[in-house]
Amino acid sequence: MSNIIKVGMADYKIGKENDILITLGLGSCVGIVLYDKFKKVGGMAHIMLPSSKEIKNNSNKAKFADTAIEELITDMIKKGASKNRLTAKIAGGAQMFNISIKSDTLNIGKRNVIAVKEKLSEHKISIIGEDVLGNYGRTIEFNCYNGELAIKAIGKGRKII
Amino acid sequence: MTKFNLRAEGEKSIMGFQINNLKGIYIDVLKEIGNIGAGNAATSLSKMINTKVDMEVPSIEILDTEKIVEILGGEELIVVGVYISFFNDINGTMLLILDKESSDNLLSMLFGKKIESEFYNEMEISALQEIGNILSSSYINAISAFSNLKINISVPCVSIDMAGSILSVPAIEYGQISDKIILIENKLKEGNNEIVGKFFLMPDIDSFKVLFKSLGVLKDE
Repeated sequence: MSNIIKVGMADYKIGKENDILITLGLGSCVGIVLYDKFKKVGGMAHIMLPSSKEIKNNSNKAKFADTAIEELITDMIKKGASKNRLTAKIAGGAQMFNISIKSDTLNIGKRNVIAVKEKLSEHKISIIGEDVLGNYGRTIEFNCYNGELAIKAIGKGRKII
Repeated sequence: MTKFNLRAEGEKSIMGFQINNLKGIYIDVLKEIGNIGAGNAATSLSKMINTKVDMEVPSIEILDTEKIVEILGGEELIVVGVYISFFNDINGTMLLILDKESSDNLLSMLFGKKIESEFYNEMEISALQEIGNILSSSYINAISAFSNLKINISVPCVSIDMAGSILSVPAIEYGQISDKIILIENKLKEGNNEIVGKFFLMPDIDSFKVLFKSLGVLKDE
């Protein structure tokens, strides 16, 4: 029996072996999955913004790419994962509305993806699968047993990375 | 239109104006803005579909930005989002969300035949864009006339997708300035067809002050 753990917006959760981590309706947000294949420890974060440093209201660490990744790594190590075995899969970062005037805010999806990639490379964690950008929402499900990340989008079916 | 007679109370709470502790008079003003905006939107809609459209008193909710995705009853629910930005005396964005049933109803009224397809065709999307344009511009125009502020709006954008994905847009925008988001919810009704429209009016933080000042509830600092 697998155990489903839901990850909300600006939230992160850690799962083991029989757990399935899911986050629903990712838009411009980015879902980050880190995984230690050997220990079967998986972590999923649902970040909203690229950097905690640009914003005054930054108490929720899970909201930002930089701080969420740090927290996720620390907590996964506590649960038995080894940092040098961690691999990453990422999804999301869409641009839901195609308006050009306020490009800065609306391209937040792209900025989120860039920030996540930078932070992961800083920690020398390689990205082994990604499904990012575009103009549609995604629901993602991570299987902590086999390391598969399933991605669902409306009218696009389901794919696994 | 009666002026707000709670001016004194408004003046007391000038200091530390934030969305997080928005209360009393400001909520009442937002409710009035919602009333005026939606009233005008309902009138425009009524003209467009040539039937009487009623509206209910709007409700104002101040929610945690992260909780916003839950208000429509599920992140994976398919909804129609119409997004516009406004600028000039006040700047910000507005998002109109219609649930799938409401947009089906609207299209049925407009085209005079039942529409229940899972995906809309080009013509239906373009109609929704136009409906969005009319509803949001009449909403904003009413606010502009009421507050005496000059407000222009952009061409609307339509997205039909999961509620969670669409609502991440206002959540992110608000997320940069506050942990809370202000939601003005309006229900419009045509006969037995309920059209539930949620208007997210999102002025940037300085524009909130301009808006409240122009309505006389916030004094110059």
